[in-house]
Amino acid sequence: MIKAIVVFNNHGKPRLIKFFQHYNEDMQQQIVRETFHLVSKRDENVCNFLEGGSLIGGSDYKIIYRHYATLYFVFCVDSSESELGILDLIQVFVETLDKAFENVCELDLIFHVDKVHYILQELVMGGMVLETNMTEIVTRIEEQSKLEKSEAGLAGAPARVVSAAKNLDLPKLPSNIQLPNLPSFR
Amino acid sequence: MPTVAKGDAMRGLAVFISDIRNCKSKEAEQKRINKELANIRSKFKGDKTLDGYSKKKYVCKLLFIFLLGHDIDFGHMEAVNLLSSNKYTEKQIGYLFISVLVNTESELIRLIIQAIKNDLFTRNPVHICLALQCIANIGSKEMAEALAPEIPKLIVSGETLDAVKQSACLCLLRLFRTSPETVPSGEWTQRVGHLLNDQHLGVVTSATSLIHTLAQKTPEDFRQCVQLAISRLSRIVTSSYTDLQDYTYYFVPAPWLSVKLLRLLQVYPPPEDPAMRGRLNECLETILNKAQEPPKSKKVQHSNAKNAVLFEAINLIIHHDTEPTLLVRACNQLGQFLQHRETNLRYLALESMCLLASSEFSHEAVKKHMDTVITALKTERDVSVRQRAVDLLYGMCDKSNAEEIVAEMLSYLETADYSIREEMVLKVAILAEKYPVDYTWYVDTILNLIRIAGDYVSDEVWYRVIQIVINRDDVQGYAAKVVFEALQAPACHENMVKVGGYILGEFGNLIAGDQRSSPMVQFQLLHSKYHLCSAPTRGLLLSTYIKFINLFPEIKGQLQDVLRNNNNLQNADAELQQRAIEYLQLSTVASQDVLATVLEEMPPFPERESSILAKLKKKKPNVSDIEVKEGKKSSNPPTLNNSAANTPEATPASAPVPVMAAAPAPAPVQSASDDLLGLSAGPAAAVPVTNNFAAPAAPAGGGGLLVDVFDTPPAQNNVSTALAPQAEDNFFKFAIKNNGVLFENELLQIGVKAEYKGNLGRLGLFYGNKTSYPFQFFTPTVSCPGELASALNVQTKPLDVNTVEGGAQVQQIINVECIADFLDAPILSIKFSYSGSMQQINLMLPVMLNKFFEPVEMDATTFFNRWKQLNSPGQEEQKIFKATYPINQDNSRTKLLGFGFGLLDGVDPNPDNFVGAGIIKAQSSQVGCLLRLEPNMQAQMYRLTLRTSSNSVTTRLADLLLKLF
Repeated sequence: MIKAIVVFNNHGKPRLIKFFQHYNEDMQQQIVRETFHLVSKRDENVCNFLEGGSLIGGSDYKIIYRHYATLYFVFCVDSSESELGILDLIQVFVETLDKAFENVCELDLIFHVDKVHYILQELVMGGMVLETNMTEIVTRIEEQSKLEKSEAGLAGAPARVVSAAKNLDLPKLPSNIQLPNLPSFR
Repeated sequence: MPTVAKGDAMRGLAVFISDIRNCKSKEAEQKRINKELANIRSKFKGDKTLDGYSKKKYVCKLLFIFLLGHDIDFGHMEAVNLLSSNKYTEKQIGYLFISVLVNTESELIRLIIQAIKNDLFTRNPVHICLALQCIANIGSKEMAEALAPEIPKLIVSGETLDAVKQSACLCLLRLFRTSPETVPSGEWTQRVGHLLNDQHLGVVTSATSLIHTLAQKTPEDFRQCVQLAISRLSRIVTSSYTDLQDYTYYFVPAPWLSVKLLRLLQVYPPPEDPAMRGRLNECLETILNKAQEPPKSKKVQHSNAKNAVLFEAINLIIHHDTEPTLLVRACNQLGQFLQHRETNLRYLALESMCLLASSEFSHEAVKKHMDTVITALKTERDVSVRQRAVDLLYGMCDKSNAEEIVAEMLSYLETADYSIREEMVLKVAILAEKYPVDYTWYVDTILNLIRIAGDYVSDEVWYRVIQIVINRDDVQGYAAKVVFEALQAPACHENMVKVGGYILGEFGNLIAGDQRSSPMVQFQLLHSKYHLCSAPTRGLLLSTYIKFINLFPEIKGQLQDVLRNNNNLQNADAELQQRAIEYLQLSTVASQDVLATVLEEMPPFPERESSILAKLKKKKPNVSDIEVKEGKKSSNPPTLNNSAANTPEATPASAPVPVMAAAPAPAPVQSASDDLLGLSAGPAAAVPVTNNFAAPAAPAGGGGLLVDVFDTPPAQNNVSTALAPQAEDNFFKFAIKNNGVLFENELLQIGVKAEYKGNLGRLGLFYGNKTSYPFQFFTPTVSCPGELASALNVQTKPLDVNTVEGGAQVQQIINVECIADFLDAPILSIKFSYSGSMQQINLMLPVMLNKFFEPVEMDATTFFNRWKQLNSPGQEEQKIFKATYPINQDNSRTKLLGFGFGLLDGVDPNPDNFVGAGIIKAQSSQVGCLLRLEPNMQAQMYRLTLRTSSNSVTTRLADLLLKLF
């Protein structure tokens, strides 16, 4: 099971924090700091796995991470997950972000926190891998965007109607229209 | 096409984030955040209802502030309100806020659950998915209780969309993890198994995760999944990478699913059906073969995915541990990886090989790679990898290579990373003890260990070397010589001083003949370190000095000067002061004979498990498995402490734990930081260390005895509620008797004596410790599960001790009162700690309904009248069953009488049949029972007919009786 997913930059500033086990805010920040400490001092091209820090559960947990340009993607998992499998999962996550944001960069993660969460939710749920098929994930995200767009359209609709109505030259209605008498119901 | 156009971000949010990023100082940032929080708060509090866009914007801002590490203590209610919005965007942002920011104890959880419920019951799959995601992310107990029953319906319903099914599986898994009891198995469990055949591979992946976890709990319920998993796996591995299209990841077909399926199979033993087994082995071979094929892509993702499957297949092979050819192939494959240029693969290969080393079939094959592993230890740049190399060397070590491995580990220790030193020290100490070349080598190794990594040598390690030196008289002189030499180093570690002080105090006389190590030289050498040491070490050295006074009367004067020194006599440390005063007094008052008795050489320590091993297990719970397997394999491992057997008189069988043995005998074994002396007897009873004798097993006392393993409450609790094996059989024997043995295993025997009168009963339970070690924290508890609590009143007298000494027996009295008729038996659950591990035994207390049975005599007419009255449905129970025991008139008679019936002879015309009557006496009611038992000798069958005025009593008595005949 995946216990936590954390993304931070080269200076340890968190860009995404997602815990699948409850910790209070303070503890979450401490764990992020500890993890940054463990991961950041490692050279490039050493292995991508290390034992978990003491805050997150020590040697029963593994930290599996990848470093892309300015960002570290860190997954903390228990022994029931395949290390290489998680490594690939990180890659899928990043590739999906890349598709969604077109050349994803750190700023995208900052300004679109919500989107990043939605993408992650399609990938991992309750600490387990939900979907690994990138095409499927992207489709689902696109569907969501469509829904959003259509709702934005709906929300904008009344305003458009009002402005349209203002400019509209309605033909004058005859003031006295004779309606036929309706037969009363029995 | 980009899904998110970069331009449509919310402007207010962008401005805020830029502001924060432009802040020059932490204070400025805090100020800006406080301003924003105040702004959002006023917006939320304001009368004007916010539109969806604003709500979304503010929630995003709050999320960003939260990410920066600030507490968000408002906005929760607004988020909950967003959940019930009809707009997808608002609902979505509401759920996001809640799953990131709301904790499980929030008082809003009820409202949230209600909102989730509403969404779960809509027909809108998008809303259902949002709800499921939220449940899976929070997964609190309340949620599990309120929502768990709904999820299985979604999983098995034919109408559910694949995406929803997928989410529902993982959602249920999460709730099961939170509280398994809210996810009762049912008809759906069968159908979940069949999801392994689903068309949609995403659904199969989620379902496999779910089944894996459920099967770990109740493997029997999912046994049919083994076959399904094998055939699915086989279809995947034999498919080409184009078949599965989107589930192919860098030319590897469905790697995640393959991994999950291989994990699922590791829950079960190898399949027994030869066809299934053949198919599985074929799969595993195909996976191993594919590893040899040239890669289809140079991308690292390709090799990662391929090897993820490969490693999992190897894990399965190791788990099954039955196919020698596969095991050797796996080992060779891992051997290739050991030299791979990818660090990740080297790391994983070392890790998996560690498991292989514990298999009988492949242990030898693993040993071939020793040189490579040693090179890895020396040259790997990555500490994670080096650590795995240490683990593997430890795992592959046996008698044949111990000397080399220990030497390599020692030399690596000099430069090893601080983070792994302590563990390495323990491992070296264990290997040296387990596979000793000879005892001098062992002593050298441990002293080297202290020299190289003194700070990381825990007390257990140096206690152990002393223990072993004391038990082996052939190594004592050598040990004295080498510690003496080691102490001559200009800077030596305090642990070395401790070992040196202890050993010279005991065996310094063995080297005193040499002028270079005369008594005076020894004393001066030790005393030159005295002022550099901490108080406990100084205390130990003071004890060494008093021992010297006995060993070397010629330097008594100098030694007394030290004791008399004001630094000691008026030391602020009470322990040091007391020792100095008492030792000085002892050396002045006592005659040489008394001194010789009091300060006699330490008696051998009794044999016991190495405390170092216990410590390593505590540090790394997973090593214990390896230990167990290794112990089995090397049928006769040489151990160092076997000499304890030579001196049985020193270790009374009843109390072999040394601290206890020490109490009556002049054979003290105290904490080295306390004393070396046996002063428990005679005039010196005032010596402070006697406290230790009074309460030898008190967890707080003694401060770090060698027996620390026994003192510390065990770390791991393997507590379960399952009944002990044979518990049920023994239980039913008590249906017809009141006294006997209820339970017995290699540790514990429980005897029962019971008497019943009317609706009251009294049971005496006798707990006998069959071992020679004490049971600590011994706590038996009796519980009445479910309805039983109201039907049976049980009063347990607590034990007045919580330790059962080796060979001893303690008694407990239990009073029972029958209030109403009952079905289940009370549960007796016994917990205790035996040599550091927690034991739990669950038994059924032999209190059954028929214990409150009183026989009734009546004549044939009365009997038949009553029999006819009891004719409504449910009052009669008839069973026709095969005899378990040979049919014998006398035996049956005894059994029925023992059961409590009054037998009515001559009522039944057939003399072979039995007719009986009795009354169940409960406080609330009395139930009359009539019985007829007809044996059929030819068919070896019985027909049992029971009539009582209470349905439940009839059934229960019939069930009990069935077990007896």
